Amino acid sequence: MTIAHATTSRRSFLGHSYSVVGVVAALVILAWTLVAILAPYLIPHSIGDIVDDDYFGPMRQGLWLGSDYLGRDMLSRVLMGARYTVGISLAAVSIACFSGVVLGMIAAVTGGWLDTCLSRFLDAMNSIPSKLFGLVVVAAVGSSIPVLILTLAVIYIPGAYRFARALAVNINTMDFITVARVRGESTAYLIGSEILPNIIRPVLADFGLRFVFIVLLLSGLSFLGLGLQPPLADWGALVRENIGGLPFVAPAVIVPSLAIACLTISVNLLIDNLPQKIRDRDA
Amino acid sequence: MSNLVEVRNLRIEAKTDAGRLVEIIKGVSLDIADGEIVALIGESGSGKTTVALSLMGYARPGCRITGGEINVNGKNMAALSEKERARLRGTDIAYVPQSAAASFNPSSTIMEQVIEVTRIHKLMSPEQARQRAVELFRALSLPDPEGIGARYPHQVSGGQLQRLSAAMALIGDPKLVIFDEPTTALDVTTQIDVLKAFKSAMRAGGIAGVYVSHDLAVVAQIADRIVVLKAGEVQETGSTAAILSAAHHPYTRELLAAFEPKPRQAHADADAGTKQLLRIDNVTAGYGAVRDGLPLIRAVDSVSLVVEKGRNLGIIGESGCGKSTLARVIAGIHPAAAGAIVFDGKELQRAARKRSHDQLREMQIVFQYADTALNPAKPVEDIISRPLAFYHRLDRQARSKRVDELLDMVRLPRGLRYRHPSELSGGQKQRVNFARALAANPKLIICDEITSALDTVVAAAVIELLKELQRELGLSYIFISHDLSVVEAICDEIMVMYNGERVEQITPDKLTAPTHPYSKLLFSSVPKLDPTWLDGLVRDPELVNQYGHR
Repeated sequence: MTIAHATTSRRSFLGHSYSVVGVVAALVILAWTLVAILAPYLIPHSIGDIVDDDYFGPMRQGLWLGSDYLGRDMLSRVLMGARYTVGISLAAVSIACFSGVVLGMIAAVTGGWLDTCLSRFLDAMNSIPSKLFGLVVVAAVGSSIPVLILTLAVIYIPGAYRFARALAVNINTMDFITVARVRGESTAYLIGSEILPNIIRPVLADFGLRFVFIVLLLSGLSFLGLGLQPPLADWGALVRENIGGLPFVAPAVIVPSLAIACLTISVNLLIDNLPQKIRDRDA
Repeated sequence: MSNLVEVRNLRIEAKTDAGRLVEIIKGVSLDIADGEIVALIGESGSGKTTVALSLMGYARPGCRITGGEINVNGKNMAALSEKERARLRGTDIAYVPQSAAASFNPSSTIMEQVIEVTRIHKLMSPEQARQRAVELFRALSLPDPEGIGARYPHQVSGGQLQRLSAAMALIGDPKLVIFDEPTTALDVTTQIDVLKAFKSAMRAGGIAGVYVSHDLAVVAQIADRIVVLKAGEVQETGSTAAILSAAHHPYTRELLAAFEPKPRQAHADADAGTKQLLRIDNVTAGYGAVRDGLPLIRAVDSVSLVVEKGRNLGIIGESGCGKSTLARVIAGIHPAAAGAIVFDGKELQRAARKRSHDQLREMQIVFQYADTALNPAKPVEDIISRPLAFYHRLDRQARSKRVDELLDMVRLPRGLRYRHPSELSGGQKQRVNFARALAANPKLIICDEITSALDTVVAAAVIELLKELQRELGLSYIFISHDLSVVEAICDEIMVMYNGERVEQITPDKLTAPTHPYSKLLFSSVPKLDPTWLDGLVRDPELVNQYGHR
């Protein structure tokens, strides 16, 4: 008749319904997070040690993911790379989303010239190509972890701002905001207590999406040699330094690429399949 | 088969988001003869629209027709394939939606959309279809029948659009037309024209109809028979006259009783005396560019009014007359451009931002749509306790106690405090909305159409509650509405607004003899329960020309 068998792959638990895909994606992300945190205790070799007598060695016992272009252990390098990729991206995305969302909500609630100035300024920021901006900054002040984090954050603030402002403007026209205003509430209360709870879900989804963008941009910058400097390497840098192994089908170039794909796709799947609250109380 | 429509033991199930099945229509049976108009009446959630839609073999997403027969013109709609049903929709059965404005495509002309049905079903050539459409426009007494088709939906009024959507339904020569609350969103003065047009067009074509509504008075004018629904079951069926005069079922009686709220007993105004609570003098407000300190588009033009302590003022008028803007001006949401607002002896700043905490606290505003006036992300408890924390600085325990008291006051069970607004019914939401205003301990509550989105029975209960609270707490209300019966029931004074100006102020007992011509038109347009009222209604054509928006 109508859509009757739409949601068969969803399970319910604690008043929320989950999709299996979302749970799997969450587990993958959790696993990578644990790896990022525990990497120093997990790695079999130090990331700088040359342990293989050949380069681009295949997977074999002892060197589970083969060796890289200098004969270093790939498993150790990928595990440590997770640390940098996940850590830097997470720090950058947190700064970007926090500033962007707060500014966006303030602009929506206040309106007037503040809104106009902020919006035009951030639009101007948005018009600078992200890779180029990263290039210029890194070229100017050199590459270090704090510089990378801040650069990535600044690049993604305008997007987060636009997104949050668009959502907040819609909420701002609702009567309950008017009621709060005539009650005499401050801007801080309006954005924190009335607007934020109503836009938090899309903002979280945007957070996830932006995290993926940042991972890719960081990988891109590292691939260009502007990211982390050797011997440290995030996944993007690993792909770059081992790109010469492509003709030999070396795991050294495939594994970090797969790691990037695995993390970003998992984040995407998770935000598309966040648990939903079940409103039917009698169930 | 004797009847055009025979529904037998219809069952419809809905699936909740937890995957649980709920039966929303529990074995409904009804018949409609050729050319007969049957009204489905009941509160929201009673299943009246679901039953009406099922006549087209349609169930809304998440719903499924699980049992019974729906025979329309000899075909069982429930058993047909989707393709066969599509062939019947528009030719045998047509549908007129509640909001015509939302169902017209804003980017193509009205004529294109009206004759679309004939194109889809290949009924006639486009030229013939256009001629037929113009005939229908004339039959539905639309102005400029030749030219109106060339306009776009935003270029005609709401009442006209509703009639145009009826033309769209009638062009395929259906045997049955389903009207889904077609006049609920219209002003009373417009509603009459639309009802008259529907009635004459249906009668002329000998077309059978299903009229879904919760307004018994409207239904009385147009229906031959009434089916009363509640909770997915038929409560009572009978001819219009029989239902109106001798209803058997308690629910039907409740509906009838709710329709005519008991008029307010003479006000026991002993101690309150004549102390003025609010006075506004020559307030002007509007929108758009400002010239000489006054806005060019004036929504409120030099309006003065007085509200006395413990008494109520009703403001009535059609949509767009500036009554809601006036409420916002008084509350300071939309600062006035000129004029003075004196509240409790002190002159108020025009903008709410500049008023003191206590001034804000003592004047509360309650909005029409509880859906948007309550933050959907917060439980009821948080919503009601915010004014307590904000104005009265109560600690957690005191707040919790007061929330219980407030919930008792508005007759809501205490357990509701943990729920979110989306888990409440319309009437419950409006009560929470009201409880939040009460939490501030106000002296004046501005009620902006607070019963308009509610069913008759629920609205009557809310009005009763308001009266009771007034007796207990000595409140004053400014009650804004387009529904005269509501205002009449609760107000001591009634102010009629038209086009941003105050045209008349009278007391409810003098309602039968308004002096201003617009008030005359407005008061005479309110439907009565008497089924012969519409046919017998004679309106001064000059008045209608001057003030009606045809």
